[in-house]
Amino acid sequence: MSDKPTLTFALMDPPYENARSTTALLLIDIAARRGYDVKVFAYEGAVCLPFARQAAHPNAVHGRDVEEEDHPLPREWVAAVMAASERNGGHVDWVNCGLCVDERGVDEAIAGVRRGTPGDFWKMASESDNTLVIPTR
Amino acid sequence: MAKYLLIESRDPFDANDVAHFYDLAEGLARKGNAVTLFLVQNGVLPARPGTRSAALGELAAAGVEVLADDFSLRERGIAADGLAHGVTAAPLDVVIDGLAEGRKTLWH
Repeated sequence: MSDKPTLTFALMDPPYENARSTTALLLIDIAARRGYDVKVFAYEGAVCLPFARQAAHPNAVHGRDVEEEDHPLPREWVAAVMAASERNGGHVDWVNCGLCVDERGVDEAIAGVRRGTPGDFWKMASESDNTLVIPTR
Repeated sequence: MAKYLLIESRDPFDANDVAHFYDLAEGLARKGNAVTLFLVQNGVLPARPGTRSAALGELAAAGVEVLADDFSLRERGIAADGLAHGVTAAPLDVVIDGLAEGRKTLWH
């Protein structure tokens, strides 16, 4: 293993539905801040995490406008971990499963996300020091 | 001796298979492996002293290092200084440390 580990994460959960997505991004953030190289294979609903058209919204029930509501957007969290990694000398290589993207019609991802296949996950794991699979239930 | 990091994210009051994951941790430890059980999300609920906490104490007695994510504890109002016997609060960094050192890591 090199001094600077390369870690792969496989994610499966869509945004806004389970704490696993938040925990996964917290873990990736820690690795990014350490300058580790991180590979992410997003499968099934997780391909929606970096979907570019996620939009903040007001909350009419509580009388808050868009700014006051400050609704969290996972695409911004993904962009933030990518930026943190670059600032610290690392890189986040995020691959969205293409079939999963097509099924969901979420082919507009933020910059830095590329399209791939489950074969990319095998390559990522093969090239990494360790891999964590965070499966959906 | 292999090193394992087992991550339990599920609430044993909600998911009966949590006990199987605890059994895996205990079995690996009794075989002489270094085993850390890291509780996260609702997996930290038995870290609050209660009816499901004894299993964690038994794991610690078997040689399993039992840690509970401090962020998950705070989210659920569980005081880190009042955890069940055998459980210690720890940051999420432990998972990245374990991955970086090459521990065999499983998420449940």
